[in-house]
Amino acid sequence: MQRHFDRDIEEIKQLMLRMGGMVEQQMIESVRALMDRDTDLAQHVIDRDRDIDQMELTIDQKTIELMATMQPAASDLRFVATIMKITPELERIADLAQDVCERAIELNREPQLKPISQLPLLAENAQRMVREALDSFVRGDAELARSVIRRDDVVDQLTEDSFRSLLTYMLENPRNIASAIRLTFIGKYFERMADNATNICEMVVYLVEGKMIKHSPMQ
Amino acid sequence: MKVTNPTKITVKDFNFYYGTAKVLHGITLDVPERQVTALIGPSGCGKSTFVRSINRMNDIIPDAHGEGTVLIDGKNVYGKETDVVELRRRVGMVFQKSNPFPKSIYDNVAYGLRINGTKNKRDLDETVEKSLTRAALWDEVKDRLHASAFALSGGQQQRLCIARALAIDPEILLMDEPASALDPIATTKIEELIYELKSNYTIVIVTHNMQQAARVSDRTAFFMLGKLVEYGDTKTIFMNPREKMTEDYVTGRFG
Repeated sequence: MQRHFDRDIEEIKQLMLRMGGMVEQQMIESVRALMDRDTDLAQHVIDRDRDIDQMELTIDQKTIELMATMQPAASDLRFVATIMKITPELERIADLAQDVCERAIELNREPQLKPISQLPLLAENAQRMVREALDSFVRGDAELARSVIRRDDVVDQLTEDSFRSLLTYMLENPRNIASAIRLTFIGKYFERMADNATNICEMVVYLVEGKMIKHSPMQ
Repeated sequence: MKVTNPTKITVKDFNFYYGTAKVLHGITLDVPERQVTALIGPSGCGKSTFVRSINRMNDIIPDAHGEGTVLIDGKNVYGKETDVVELRRRVGMVFQKSNPFPKSIYDNVAYGLRINGTKNKRDLDETVEKSLTRAALWDEVKDRLHASAFALSGGQQQRLCIARALAIDPEILLMDEPASALDPIATTKIEELIYELKSNYTIVIVTHNMQQAARVSDRTAFFMLGKLVEYGDTKTIFMNPREKMTEDYVTGRFG
């Protein structure tokens, strides 16, 4: 039986996907702004963060309305709980993309460091994790969600590797320190985005299987 | 699961028939003591028949009979030695429509005691006050105990019926849609009452209101077409049921 509720759920799902698409775009453009030393693009990403904040408010409002009027149960309840937990993760990822752009603008005011190989790789991995976390949500694919979670270790390792390379630059020449620290921050931002993607995936497993796997060693 | 309480009612392979029509099919479930067990399911699924089998209220329906086991504290409810009057004293019942006797508030509550032979006015007074207090009605009626029960509101009449059931000191309370004819405020009062009562009584409640089942019960049994589809911790039934049919029912996807 088609329920009025299904239409509301579908609407929220579509809003989530639009927000997810916007967040992915922010990530992609923050990386491009960083790599191409494009201050205008970085500023553009920063300005657009407001739209994502607005989107979060809209989704929150609709989800709370749904709880008040429909009193969801079982998979409906898990869906609503998942939305309430996933939306802030997405919003946080967008904030981190904004942070990347702020550091990129600062870097552009300083001489360019010779590029380190791990950072683009790190960004690429984080992006893929976010994209696949969203895919796993859309498809209700707990297997995909679990595979994304497992990949978080790779990102952690890349973050550590990029930090070591940057540390070498700092030791080589103290004039590199300011830029190298900013790049270390950026590495950390991508690592955090991957963590947010992991959190999303944990909720997808809850949505599909009803199992709360966060903070459990046997994911 | 918090099934730490001992079992009060054991039902095993229980079938029930109206004439030749089989309306309950091999029901097996254990009702824990001093907890609330909710029975949910669509109309005609057998939940009321089931609850009425526990205190043999179905005996009065011609051509109806049950087979299988219903035990209370390990004793067979359908055994030859069972005294049905005594059984119904131990297993009180509250119905969907409040049904006070055409008597005063006081006499309604005292009725069960009087027919059981209590004449002492002090004993009666004491039990009437205690029962009305337990049913959360005392403060509202203490100044007009000798007014007609029909002068009370629907919600008050239902609590009076609960007080009447409590007066004879039952161990089990069966409630068949006790709040479905009440407004939200009266419903909340009944639900609060159920919550209070479970520390002293084993409660089985039939309800069409799933949110009510979710709010008041510890365990929930989902019936469908005379079968027990799923029985478990209420939180599990409403957050992550095992059976697809339960999922469809609690989310309203049914049909």
